[in-house]
Amino acid sequence: MTIEEVIFYVLATGAGLGGVGVVLSRNVVYSALALILSLMSVAGIFILLSAEFLALVQILVYGGAVTIIILFAMMLTRVRDMPRAMNGPQWPLAAAVASVFMAVSTIAAVSSQWPGDTENPTVIPLRTLGDSLFRQWSVPFEVASLVLVVALIGAIVLAGREEGE
Amino acid sequence: MIADNPWLDALIRLLAAVALMTFSSLTLIYLERKFIGRIQMRLGPMRVGPYGTLQSIADAIKLVSKEDLRPHTADRWVFELAPYVVFIPSFLTFVSLPFTADWFVRNFELGLFYILAVSGVSVVGVVMAGWGSDNRYALLGGVRAAAQLISYEVPLILAMLGAVMIAESMDLIDIVNGQGRVPYIVWQPLGFLIFFIAALAELYRNPFDIPVAETEVVGGPFIEYSGIRWGMFFLAEYTTLLILSVLASLVFLGGWNWPLGNEAGIGLQLVWIVLKTSFMIMLFFWARATFPRLRIDQLMSFSWQVLLPLSFLQIVINGLVKVYNWPDIVLLLSSGGATALALYFIYASVQRMQEPYPQRFTTVMTRKEPVG
Repeated sequence: MTIEEVIFYVLATGAGLGGVGVVLSRNVVYSALALILSLMSVAGIFILLSAEFLALVQILVYGGAVTIIILFAMMLTRVRDMPRAMNGPQWPLAAAVASVFMAVSTIAAVSSQWPGDTENPTVIPLRTLGDSLFRQWSVPFEVASLVLVVALIGAIVLAGREEGE
Repeated sequence: MIADNPWLDALIRLLAAVALMTFSSLTLIYLERKFIGRIQMRLGPMRVGPYGTLQSIADAIKLVSKEDLRPHTADRWVFELAPYVVFIPSFLTFVSLPFTADWFVRNFELGLFYILAVSGVSVVGVVMAGWGSDNRYALLGGVRAAAQLISYEVPLILAMLGAVMIAESMDLIDIVNGQGRVPYIVWQPLGFLIFFIAALAELYRNPFDIPVAETEVVGGPFIEYSGIRWGMFFLAEYTTLLILSVLASLVFLGGWNWPLGNEAGIGLQLVWIVLKTSFMIMLFFWARATFPRLRIDQLMSFSWQVLLPLSFLQIVINGLVKVYNWPDIVLLLSSGGATALALYFIYASVQRMQEPYPQRFTTVMTRKEPVG
């Protein structure tokens, strides 16, 4: 095995174990911490694929996001009572959705033709990435940001209404 | 390459980074105590060694030999891992910092972005410490730290983005070389001001020491830690102080390149970077010794209502100057005007704070009561 393969398997184990930990942990805060292990391992895999910018965005965004998740977990649940109330009535539905999604993404990953070879990944400079994001694909970008703004305003409106009543 | 073997090379570079981190933290702790002592008309540490110079070493020995305590009810894994989650990001950032054009462990093409992204991870460790200690004060401090660090990360990154726009690169060496004869603090005083304030908040120093305030949460997330684990938090704090000061001197003060230019020898470059970094560190100490602590609501509204719009303003100005190729003097005038405005605004709100009872706070309190 080459060094890259060893690093890949370490990172992949981290990502997989983190994901399993998110689902199986009986404590919400542990789940959030396992999530950050998983996300950071994925960032490591991005670096292994020479996608440094993507890896750094992953770290920057999810470092803060996981903190917020921990805060919500602390504010919305009573951590000490958690071991009992883990299975809601919707679990068959959730299991079905999760397995369908898993199946679809596995089929898509296996059946598609991947460009380039993994031995020499193409390094895309940040300049090209920015060009294609803000020139070529600027409309999808703006639509995505519009969706986020709508979500933000919606959250503010909902929160404000609750306080007023 | 220092050595031929890549593993040996990496090991030597990492050991050098660890040695520099420890040494600079010990020195900074001594300097801060002396500096603040001077400001408060005290002598500071005087007993250990001549003028107390060995005080930090004595403290380090005490910390290392102290018992490593863990509260009985604390969450074992979260409590013990938290110092590492705080310490490792600051170490990883330290590794990528170029001190002069040739002196660095590893320079990245995305260096500035890397530093900002990785150092943001340490907030998870602070929250882990607060939650894992099973202590009310620690939990309150951890939650305060989370709110503060995430809020002030945004203006910090946006202020840096302004400099990146003008330099057209995220490579710190390129940014330094791009400043040429005039450092960015002249063209973008507003960006520097925002960076300085946000960095103060990221370091939880006065006036933003709300998460660790002794009189409110008695040390915050770190209250239950002792011995070497507490020492790791301390080391991480001073390393972050050093990193942010070096970053400010590279991005805004012209780094090793100004005022002597790139041709100056490594000795002079090192002297300049040390001088500028020390200046920034002294500014941070000075702010700590001068300003009283803010309230948590003032802290949050200052970040979102003052710093964030101002950093957007700096970015819009930079964008206009870039797109229409306006002369740099426009940048100076507009950013300088905005800085003057911002400083006046801060001054005015400080004046308003001196009123006997904060008006805003009472209105918030009454509004929360049920209507009708």
